Amino acid sequence: MDRIWSMLEEIKPEHDFKESTDYIEDGLLDSFDLIALIDMLEKEFNIIVDGLDVVPENFCNAEAIAALVKKSGGDI
Amino acid sequence: MKINLLDCFEDTVKHRMQETAVVHGSETITFQELQDQAQSLANMILDQTDGCYHSPVAVFLPKEIAAVIADLGVMYSCNPFMNLDVKTPADRIANILALVRPCAIITNSKYAEKLGEVSIPVIRMDERNDFMTHRDWQLAERRTKLIDTDPFCLINTSGSTGTPKGVVLNHRSFFDFMDWAFETFSFDGTEVMGSLSPVVFDIFDFELCMLMLKGARLVLLDASMAIFPARLLEALNQNQVNFIFWVPSIMVNIANMDLLEKIPVPSLRMIWFAGEVFPTKQFLYWYDRVEHATFVNLYGPIEITLDCTYHVIRERPEEEKPLPIGIPCRNTDILILNSEDQCCKPEEEGELCVRGTSLAMGYYNNPEKTHAAFVQNPLNSSYPELIYRTGDIVYMSEDGQIEFKGRKDSLVKHMGYRIELGEIEHVVINDLKLVKYCCAVYNYARKEIVLYYEKSEEISGTEFRKAFSKVFPAYMIPSVYIRMDLLPRNTNGKIDRLYLKNEINK
Repeated sequence: MDRIWSMLEEIKPEHDFKESTDYIEDGLLDSFDLIALIDMLEKEFNIIVDGLDVVPENFCNAEAIAALVKKSGGDI
Repeated sequence: MKINLLDCFEDTVKHRMQETAVVHGSETITFQELQDQAQSLANMILDQTDGCYHSPVAVFLPKEIAAVIADLGVMYSCNPFMNLDVKTPADRIANILALVRPCAIITNSKYAEKLGEVSIPVIRMDERNDFMTHRDWQLAERRTKLIDTDPFCLINTSGSTGTPKGVVLNHRSFFDFMDWAFETFSFDGTEVMGSLSPVVFDIFDFELCMLMLKGARLVLLDASMAIFPARLLEALNQNQVNFIFWVPSIMVNIANMDLLEKIPVPSLRMIWFAGEVFPTKQFLYWYDRVEHATFVNLYGPIEITLDCTYHVIRERPEEEKPLPIGIPCRNTDILILNSEDQCCKPEEEGELCVRGTSLAMGYYNNPEKTHAAFVQNPLNSSYPELIYRTGDIVYMSEDGQIEFKGRKDSLVKHMGYRIELGEIEHVVINDLKLVKYCCAVYNYARKEIVLYYEKSEEISGTEFRKAFSKVFPAYMIPSVYIRMDLLPRNTNGKIDRLYLKNEINK
């Protein structure tokens, strides 16, 4: 989980992700950030994120992102 | 005689009345409603601005049906509209407003707060009085004074000094582009356009013209959909979209995620793209998976109204070859000039310059920048004739196709946005005062902006980003920061941009 927090912080240090319950609704991540995040997740956890899984529900908060990593076969 | 785009819209409304003109999620509006609301707004603008004429009206709204009504309302008031991005930091908006000095701003209650104190009338779309007395005859009468070279809209584009340049485009130049489009592709009004571009892109104005002149339906796709391409493709299918005009970035993402296999888009008939190079590999992914669609690569800077060359892809291109930018649109002449301002021979690289009705009127309140880019045709010394120097380096291939090579200066295209790297440097040095010397370059493979800076101690990426986010929209903020004790200098003592650019693109 800490690995996800630190990735989010690296992408958008100006935002406090722990304050938000829905990153998409709150506008914390835009399309550039999301591509960067997926890229980092794929490298860090050695997974491939299916395009069909790139939906708001899977990126709304750190728990959802962790669940996606798990679903994609990542060790978290 | 076609003089202003609004007259054409009125003809369209007569034929389309109750048909749906714009769709946004579950909201829709008919052509008749669009006209009524735009006219009502125009009357409000005139009341609050003391009848201003030919003076820009800023529109500060998210991409919703209200934004379309606002643009048309401004047109009805005989003023050019200037769409602003609601995500732009307040300081940058203030810079634009200070330079352009619009006669009013149209927004809503939510975004009015973000604007803060402004000294011009603020019209809130959600506090409109729709029961206002219509004085449509008055609007029509004002329009009789309009000529075709009067401004239609202003589009802001990155400048090198921290304040964007406002490109002034007139009605005539849009007619010029639309006439070419209608002749070349025989549109018939059955087009359903998947509108994805932000309202500040010229592509959005093209979509507006398709609605006004042909009665095409606009399906407004939220910017958030560009983040989630699967949702985007589903929205195309739900709305039976048959025409898209997108920047390649999003199409590349869809290809890289292999989404067209899982969500086919059979209704697409016309696929246009422009704004940056579409890598052939990802293009082929689309080409092979969307049958019966016409693919068109367009090229052109905002200053010549949308695009000036096009290439219809009729045969499957070879993967190793870049897509050509093609041939000039009708009634546009392309000159490829070498450093001596002479016409280049085939295969010889030179600067692409444009001659034609499509040229913008110039940059608003900026004669210096205008005179630098819009210049006398060097091949004609007999009478005044302007050409626009794009700064793009191209060459004509043996088979008569224009091929894009790169830029003369430090302008880059990033996610469809035009960014003057010099603007980033200017702001870091002069406004944020973080460093004395720096150089921004573009990593083409990773598609990211890299900032080299000279300083004895490190500045964290966080610190840079925090400072940038107050002055720049997200797409202009560099992704990578590299500290150097001393930046490389060339023999003239200037920072060696070329060396750094090559270094990062090795």
